[in-house]
Amino acid sequence: MIAELGHFALALGIAFAFAQAIIPLWGAWRGDIRLMQSAPGLALGQAMAMVSSFACLVWVSVSDDFSVSNVAENSHTLKPLLYKITGAWGSHEGSILFWCLILSLCGGAVALFGRNLPAGLRARVIGVLALSSCGFELFAILESDPFLRIWPPPENGQDMNPLLQDPGLAFHPPMLYAGYVGFAIPFAFAVAALIEGRMDAAWGRWVRPWTLGAWCCLTGGIALGSWWSYYVLGWGGFWFWDPVENASLLPWLTGTALLHCAIVVEKREALKIWTVLLAIGTFAFSLSGTFLVRSGILNSVHSFANDPARGVFILALLGLVIGGSLLLFLIRAPLLGASGIFAPVSREGALVLNNILLCAIAAVVATGTTFPLFADLLFQSKISVGPPFYNITVLPLAAPVFIAMAVAPLMAWKRAALVPALMKLWWVALVAFLVGLVSAFGMSALPAMFMAFAAWMICGAFADIIERIRLFRVPFGNALSRLINLPRSHFGTTLGHAGMGVTVAGIAGMSMAVQEVVLVHPGETVKLAGYEWRLEEMHNAVGSNYNARVATITVSRNGQLVTTLSPERRAFTTQTMTTTEAKIHTNLLRDLYAVLGEERDGAAVLRLHDNTMAPLIWLGALVMGMGGFCSLADRRLRIAAPSRAARSLPGAERA
Amino acid sequence: MKRKHQRMILVGGLVLGLGTATILVFQAFRSTGELFVIPSKIAATAPKDRAFRLGGMVEAGSVQKTQDGTRPAVKFRVSDGIASEDVSYVGILPDLFREGQGVVALGRLQPDGSFAAQEVLAKHDENYMPPDMADELKKTGWKPEKGAPPPSALWNAAKSGSGPTGG
Repeated sequence: MIAELGHFALALGIAFAFAQAIIPLWGAWRGDIRLMQSAPGLALGQAMAMVSSFACLVWVSVSDDFSVSNVAENSHTLKPLLYKITGAWGSHEGSILFWCLILSLCGGAVALFGRNLPAGLRARVIGVLALSSCGFELFAILESDPFLRIWPPPENGQDMNPLLQDPGLAFHPPMLYAGYVGFAIPFAFAVAALIEGRMDAAWGRWVRPWTLGAWCCLTGGIALGSWWSYYVLGWGGFWFWDPVENASLLPWLTGTALLHCAIVVEKREALKIWTVLLAIGTFAFSLSGTFLVRSGILNSVHSFANDPARGVFILALLGLVIGGSLLLFLIRAPLLGASGIFAPVSREGALVLNNILLCAIAAVVATGTTFPLFADLLFQSKISVGPPFYNITVLPLAAPVFIAMAVAPLMAWKRAALVPALMKLWWVALVAFLVGLVSAFGMSALPAMFMAFAAWMICGAFADIIERIRLFRVPFGNALSRLINLPRSHFGTTLGHAGMGVTVAGIAGMSMAVQEVVLVHPGETVKLAGYEWRLEEMHNAVGSNYNARVATITVSRNGQLVTTLSPERRAFTTQTMTTTEAKIHTNLLRDLYAVLGEERDGAAVLRLHDNTMAPLIWLGALVMGMGGFCSLADRRLRIAAPSRAARSLPGAERA
Repeated sequence: MKRKHQRMILVGGLVLGLGTATILVFQAFRSTGELFVIPSKIAATAPKDRAFRLGGMVEAGSVQKTQDGTRPAVKFRVSDGIASEDVSYVGILPDLFREGQGVVALGRLQPDGSFAAQEVLAKHDENYMPPDMADELKKTGWKPEKGAPPPSALWNAAKSGSGPTGG
C-alpha cells in the first residue's frame, strides 16, 4: 500500500515537473506574467510530491516490506535501523530517486528564496530545472522503479553490502548528491540567461550563493567519501584516482573555477560567455559523475550500484541535456555581449589564470579517467592509468595554482602591479621557505616543496586579512574594529584558501607515512615509527548481523602506553562477506592505524600504519567548507539579498 | 589595452594551459600507462621492464600461504583458462579475494617468469570479474546475463578440453 502510494507520488511529481517545465517557459516566451507566476507553486508541488515519494521508500525500507524488490535486494530484518533508513539511498533505484528528490528540492529552493528575482528569469530558471527533472524522474519510474513489487515475497532480504553499513557512508551520499545536483541551479541560470540573451552583474550576484552552496556540499561529500575509503576499506590511503572518485573531483574542479569566475561577472561584467560555459560544463560533469559510473561504461573497483542494461537510457538522457544546452550555447552565446576590459596583471587576470589551470587539471583528470575506454576503441589495447599518471600530470598544473592563490587576493581589479603585491608577501615567502627547508630533513624533495606551498597558502590567506585591517600600521584597536567590520566573504576567501593549504600539507605529509605488514603471535611486539605495537590477544565478538574476530593491540612509546587499538574482521552472515574494520588513534596531527588480516596457525596478519599529518587532509576540507558557509553568511551574498538590485532592473519581463 | 589584445591574451593563455596539459598527458601515458594482460598473452604482450595489470581468475586450490621474514606472503595462480601465471604477493589480501573468483593484480614480471604483485584488487562485488576477462569469457559462450561466471576449475576444463590446466 505504502509502496503504491510512493509510486503514485513519483508519478504526481512527474506530472508537476512537466507542468513546471512547460507553463513558465511558455509564459516567459509569451510575456504572460500570470503563466510565469505559476512557476513557484508548481515547483513547490513537485518538491512536495517527491518528498512524499521518498518518505514512502524510507517507510517500506524501515518496515521490512520484502514484497518490494528494492527492499528485498538491499535490506534484512537484522539490519540496524540506521542502515534501513540510509539504505533507502544506498541502492541503485533508491539513489536515483534521491537524486530526483534533491533536484526537485533545488526547484523548490529557487521558488522560495528567489522571490526577488525578476519574474521572467525566475520562471525560466524554474522551468529549466523542471526540464531536467522530467528526464530523470521518467528514468526513475520507467527504468529503475524503486517501488517494484515481487511475488512471492521472500521471507527475508538479501541484506545491504556490509561495506556500506557505516555511519560515515550514511551521510556521504546525501552530501555528495546535494553538491552534484546543486550545480543544476547555476546550470539553470546559465541556460535561462542564454534563452533571455542577456546577462549582467546581477546575474553573477544571484548565481554565486547557489554555486557556493553546491560547492560546499560537494567539498564535504568528497571529503567524507575519501575519509570513508580511508577507514572502512582499510587500505590506509585517502585517494586512489579511481573513476568514481575522479567523477566527483571533476565537477569540483570546474565548480571551483565557476565560483571564481562568477565573481568577475558580478564585479566587472567580464568573462560572461566563459562563465555560462563553465556552468553548463560543471553540471555536465556532475551528471556524468553520477550516471556514467553507474552505467557500467567506466569500470571501477568501488562502484556499487551499476547496471549496464540501463546505460542506453542514461546515455540518451545525458546526450539530450548536455548536447541541448551546448547547442543553445553555440546559438545564443554571442548575444551575451561584450565584456569589461582588464589588463593581464589584475584580479581578473589572476582569476582567469585560476580558471585556465583548474580547467587544464580537469581536462587531464577526465582524459585519464576515460582513457581506458578510448584505448580500447581506438587501439584495441587495454591500457589503464594509475596514481603515477596523475602525479606526473596534476602536480605541475597544481603548483602554479597554489602559488597564485596567495597573491591574487592582494591584487586590484582592472589593473594591478605584481611587485607591490609580492612585497606585501615577503614574510609569507620567508615562512614558506623555512617550512620547506625544515621539511626537507624529514621527507624527499617534492613533498617538501608542497609543504612549502602549503605554508605559503595558509600564511598568504591570512596576509590578505592582515593587509585589509592594516595590522601593525594603525593602532591595534583601530585594526580590531576594521577586522569586525570586514565583510564576511573576506573570511570566506581566507578560510577557503587556508583550508586548501591545510589539505595540501596533509597530502604532502602523508609521504612520510610508514606501514608494515607483519605476522605476529599474541604477546609479540613489533617496532614501527618509534612505537612498540604489541598484539595482546584475539577474541570473538558478535554484532547485530555479523560475527567478528577482534585483535587487541597496545601501542606504546618508550614504555608509556599511548593507546589500545582493536581492529576487527567481520564476517557478515547473509552476504557471506568479510570486511575489515580498521581502528585509528588520532591526535589530529598523526594517525596510528591498525588493520587485522587473516590468521595463520594462531598468528595474526596485521598491517600497521603511522600516517603522519593524515588528519589534516580532512580538516582542511572542513576548513574549506566553513569558508564557503562563511561567505554564504555575508550580507551581500545572502540568497535573498539582491532585492534592491532586482527592483531597479528594467525590462526583465519583455515579450 | 584594446579589446582585441585582451582576447588575444586570453586565447593565448588558454592555448598555453591546454597545450601544457596535453604534453603532460602524453608524457605520462608513455611512462606510466598500465597495460592489462591476461595470462595466455603474457609471452606476447607483457612489458618486461614496466608494471602492468594481470587479470584473471584465481585458480582453485592454488593459494599457498608462506612467509617472507616476519612478513606474511602469499602465492597463487591466476588463470584465463588457457594458461596460468604464478603470482606472489606480500601483504594483506583484499577481503573479497577468493579462489575461483576474478582478480586484478598490479605488478611486474620477475626474471624467473613469475609475477610479483605490488597491489591486488578484488571488487566489492562477489560476482565481479575483470571486464577484459569477461570479454574473453564471452567468446567461450558465457553471458553476463546468465549470472555469475562459472567457477574457474570447471571453466579451465571447459576451455582446454584436457582437464584443468593446473593442479
